[in-house]
Amino acid sequence: MSEQKLALNEYLKTDSNYLRGTITEGLDSSVTGSFSDSDQQLIKFHGFYQQDDRDLRNERKEQKLEPLYSFMLRARVPGGVCTPQQWLGVDEIASTLTSSNSIRLTTRQTFQYHGIPKRNLKPLIQGLDREALDSIAACGDVNRNVMCNPNPVESRLHQQAYAVAKQLSDHLLPHTRAYAEIWLDKEKLLSTEDETVEPVYGKTYLPRKFKMAVAVPPDNDVDVYTNDLGFIAIAEKGELVGFNLTAGGGMGSTHGEVETFPRLGDDLGFIKAADVMKFAEAVMTVQRDWGNRSNRKRSRLKYTIVDHGYEKFKAEVEARAGVKFEPKRDVVIGDRGDRYGWVEGVDGKWHLTLYIESGRVKDYPGKTLQTGLREIAKIHQGDFRMTSNQNMIIAGVAAEDKATIEGLARKHGLLGQVITQTRGHSIACVALPTCPLAMAEAERYFPEFIDHIDALQAKHGISEQAIVVRMTGCPNGCARPFAAEIGLVGKAPGRYNLYLGASFEGTRLNKMHRENIQEAEILAELDTLFGRYATERNAGETFGNFTVRIGVVKAVIDAAKDFHG
Amino acid sequence: MLLKELSSLASPLSQGQIEKLKQLTAELNAVQLAWVSGYLAATANAGQLTPAVDTQAAQMLTILYGSQTGNGHGVAKALADKAQAQGYAVNLASMGEYNVRQLKQETVLLLVVSTHGEGEAPDDAIELHKFLASKRAPKLDNLHYSVLALGDSSYEFFCQTGKDFDARLAALGAKSLLPLIECDVDYETAASQWHAEVLNSVKPLIQVSSANVVSIGAVKTTQVNEFTKQNPYLAEVLVSQKITGNGSDRDVRHVEIDLGESGLTYQVGDALGVWFSNNEVLVDEVLAALSLAADEIVTLGSQSLTLKQALLNNKELTQLYPGLVKAWADLSGNVELLALSEDKEQVRHFILKHQFADLVAQYPLVNGANTLSAIKLIELLRPLTPRLYSIASSQSEVETEVHLTVALVEDERHGAARFGGASHFLASAAEGTQVKVYVEPNKHFRLPENPATPVIMVGPGTGVAPFRAFMQERVAQGVQADSWLFFGNPHFEQDFLYQTEWQQYLKNGDLSRIDVAFSRDQAHKIYVQHRIKEQAKTLWQWLENGAHLYICGDAERMAKDVHQALIEVAIEVGGLDIGAAEAYFDTLRSDKRYQKDVY
Repeated sequence: MSEQKLALNEYLKTDSNYLRGTITEGLDSSVTGSFSDSDQQLIKFHGFYQQDDRDLRNERKEQKLEPLYSFMLRARVPGGVCTPQQWLGVDEIASTLTSSNSIRLTTRQTFQYHGIPKRNLKPLIQGLDREALDSIAACGDVNRNVMCNPNPVESRLHQQAYAVAKQLSDHLLPHTRAYAEIWLDKEKLLSTEDETVEPVYGKTYLPRKFKMAVAVPPDNDVDVYTNDLGFIAIAEKGELVGFNLTAGGGMGSTHGEVETFPRLGDDLGFIKAADVMKFAEAVMTVQRDWGNRSNRKRSRLKYTIVDHGYEKFKAEVEARAGVKFEPKRDVVIGDRGDRYGWVEGVDGKWHLTLYIESGRVKDYPGKTLQTGLREIAKIHQGDFRMTSNQNMIIAGVAAEDKATIEGLARKHGLLGQVITQTRGHSIACVALPTCPLAMAEAERYFPEFIDHIDALQAKHGISEQAIVVRMTGCPNGCARPFAAEIGLVGKAPGRYNLYLGASFEGTRLNKMHRENIQEAEILAELDTLFGRYATERNAGETFGNFTVRIGVVKAVIDAAKDFHG
Repeated sequence: MLLKELSSLASPLSQGQIEKLKQLTAELNAVQLAWVSGYLAATANAGQLTPAVDTQAAQMLTILYGSQTGNGHGVAKALADKAQAQGYAVNLASMGEYNVRQLKQETVLLLVVSTHGEGEAPDDAIELHKFLASKRAPKLDNLHYSVLALGDSSYEFFCQTGKDFDARLAALGAKSLLPLIECDVDYETAASQWHAEVLNSVKPLIQVSSANVVSIGAVKTTQVNEFTKQNPYLAEVLVSQKITGNGSDRDVRHVEIDLGESGLTYQVGDALGVWFSNNEVLVDEVLAALSLAADEIVTLGSQSLTLKQALLNNKELTQLYPGLVKAWADLSGNVELLALSEDKEQVRHFILKHQFADLVAQYPLVNGANTLSAIKLIELLRPLTPRLYSIASSQSEVETEVHLTVALVEDERHGAARFGGASHFLASAAEGTQVKVYVEPNKHFRLPENPATPVIMVGPGTGVAPFRAFMQERVAQGVQADSWLFFGNPHFEQDFLYQTEWQQYLKNGDLSRIDVAFSRDQAHKIYVQHRIKEQAKTLWQWLENGAHLYICGDAERMAKDVHQALIEVAIEVGGLDIGAAEAYFDTLRSDKRYQKDVY
């Protein structure tokens, strides 16, 4: 068999001198706000993407101006935990160095900045560094931000799970000093041997992005099965003993290309807590060595497992880890939403989950969310936790401080509005105008769309039932739309594919029901289905399960066959 | 006088030579004649063959002009034409081209000179201006002179350069034919009056002879445009495109105008004169405030038209001048305004921030309606004058089009929007809008004659306009020489005028380098002069390698700050002391290697 030509990015990585490329030269070019094409691929490994305001593209062309380039930078915040002090730094940066003047909480428990002009990248990264934060590997063909259930009710178990997430993130960080040299002005070291520069990744890193999450059952807010590698915490008497490991999840696909599909992870079995790093490294290196480096659309771990077969993959992982999987432990996977409002942890500390619409922390007239979080950060003694539903938890509040914190939250509009069940379980990606991949609106349109859903649920008397609704501007799936009971994936301005039939818990994918339809048709379709659901559902039956049972869509069991089949 | 009337008595030529000349010229058309005259003049000049020996000079009227905009040239040229028509031998030249050593041989010297910024001489007058004040200046006891000074009375140092010339010539012993003529922006009437009076006063001094006009230094014959300030071409606006981003706090337009079949030609570096109509909203406001009827018929010269038409197309409404402030103070009897009008500094400040409509609104006439007649209003207001814009295109590239870069002047006063007259007219011009234009040549802002010469272009803001023309010209001519642009404006994302074009020039290697200064993109303000200082070493190298240096844009601050930065470069890198540094750039200037188009 002749060797297939490698994907362009593989050559870029090889030639980049461990992710340096010509980024420094690009920073120095004052005539453009952009980086060269090849550097645009490399900067992702440093945590940011080049974008431009697509609303203004044509207008600026006529104005003889280049597109309004800016950068979206995503921080690496394992488990979404940061201190109030760090948050104040994060907030200050948003106000001084970004044009969006906002902070966007993401679906992977971190925050990102939009609208960073090129000249502000370096001061911004240095600003994060002063707060002991970084953006290394927040994007790129590496292990991305590691998620971890942030709800600290079970404080001890959560602490242990979080420690694992942090360790995974730190251990699997790229080792190249490119980030320190370029952004932090750290001294250039003499070049060393390849193996020592990147002991795990090597010169070409991974074939594609790699995502990990740690779930603490019964919560599945991290949507563990949608990750390349998932760790489902198993506790005995409140103590972490190990994990059920899952592998091969991922959302991204391409419209109209049936060889691409979303997939949920396979259960591999139970591993002991002590073996976590061995297995993580084993799975990652199998993917590093077996992953498809010729076609980036087929290069995620999910395809590696499909192409090589589950058994062969599992055996290789065991061989590399030097440990065998134990049978997976029984565990109940439950809700993917957040617990809004106050909850008390077992240690007597209180935690306040604030609903942040589309994760956008910004001051609006009458709703000064950014100021509110800043004011809270100034007095808060515990920590801040970003959730995978793009919300914020003010965690670890002493009982005597509850009233003050709540007062501030109410004053600034962070608390007090009624969030319907469905709205509280639903998310959207950023999409237009900044995301270069978006084909349709998401964040800007989603609140209005949910208003319609709320109205329809009210009309049919099913408002008490949470339905997981997710919308993305493209099929790459930042808001994990293929794991939503109602998934809307952008096709063109105002047009979406409608997906139905995922389970409420995130254990089954959905399937396309209608293609390329507009709001009126979407709502008409849902109106009918909600009507039937109201009268025909079984006791306790969720909307996703209902649509499968009555045959609106076929259940997706094996994504490779069923998703498009 | 015509060549066919030429005799050996009235020229340095022999009769035989004259016959040959007549033979040759009989075969030539007007354009060829113009070319030959320029060519011969240049040859004579280059060879230092001064055709005018002492006796000749004694019979000649020497008319010199120094002006940045071309108005001075126009006044001097008209005088030369009249003098020639009366039979005088005339030597017409720009001060920049005049050989100062010839000064002591002159008997009659007529000067037209403008003043810029804070009482500064225009570029082509600087050398003569300095020379007359220097120790090298000769006694001029035999010289008779007259100076017509052009200026703008809204500036503090009104006609200062003219005053300087007048005083210095007198100090050197020259006798003035007439008192100094100080002309304001509407100089035409005063200028023609001066033409008549000054020619009268030279009558006893110079015998009318039959000699030809000698024009020094017209090396290249430029095609004579038949459309002039007084006879502009009615062109059409093709495009008026905003080229600042939607987040910019300034509105800068790229305006393309079609010259159609006019045959109008221009060179890069020239300016376009634009006649405009006042904003109708503004005219209506003025009419309403004065309770005057729009359709009242008024007379302007030989023309009868409605008051509204006159205000729209013939009268200056957007630029105040001190005389009008004073007159309005008297009319209104307003104590505050009367006091203000006595203080030159205050008036100067006031007219920068106010228009006629503001004057009317803020200082209403006491008795309200009918205190000011239409006729009186028309008398009060100055005639509308066209505005000059540095041309932003090259005909090698755009052929029969001309492009301008126009910053919309806008302001808000007491809730009312106030606009610059011409910039608003151009900014709001829809495709097909008719606009009267003419070309105002600027031979003091020209690309190097040797195309291999490197050029350094400093053009922040709309000062970048002529450099767009330079680049178009050099690319169209296939010039492979180094070029370096300094550009600045407030914000990179919003105000980088012609950004994509510069990127393309850089990419193609047509522009060697660009240094940009965006003043508001960081905590401390950075301007082009800071970039010049940063690049001091390289810039000095370029100058030492013969680069030509061009500055276009704001005269009041930018051009001075840039000049100061250049001096510092010469001191720090060139190792010169301050005097030598100044002299270095003086030499560059007289070598035409340091040219400015500032306003």
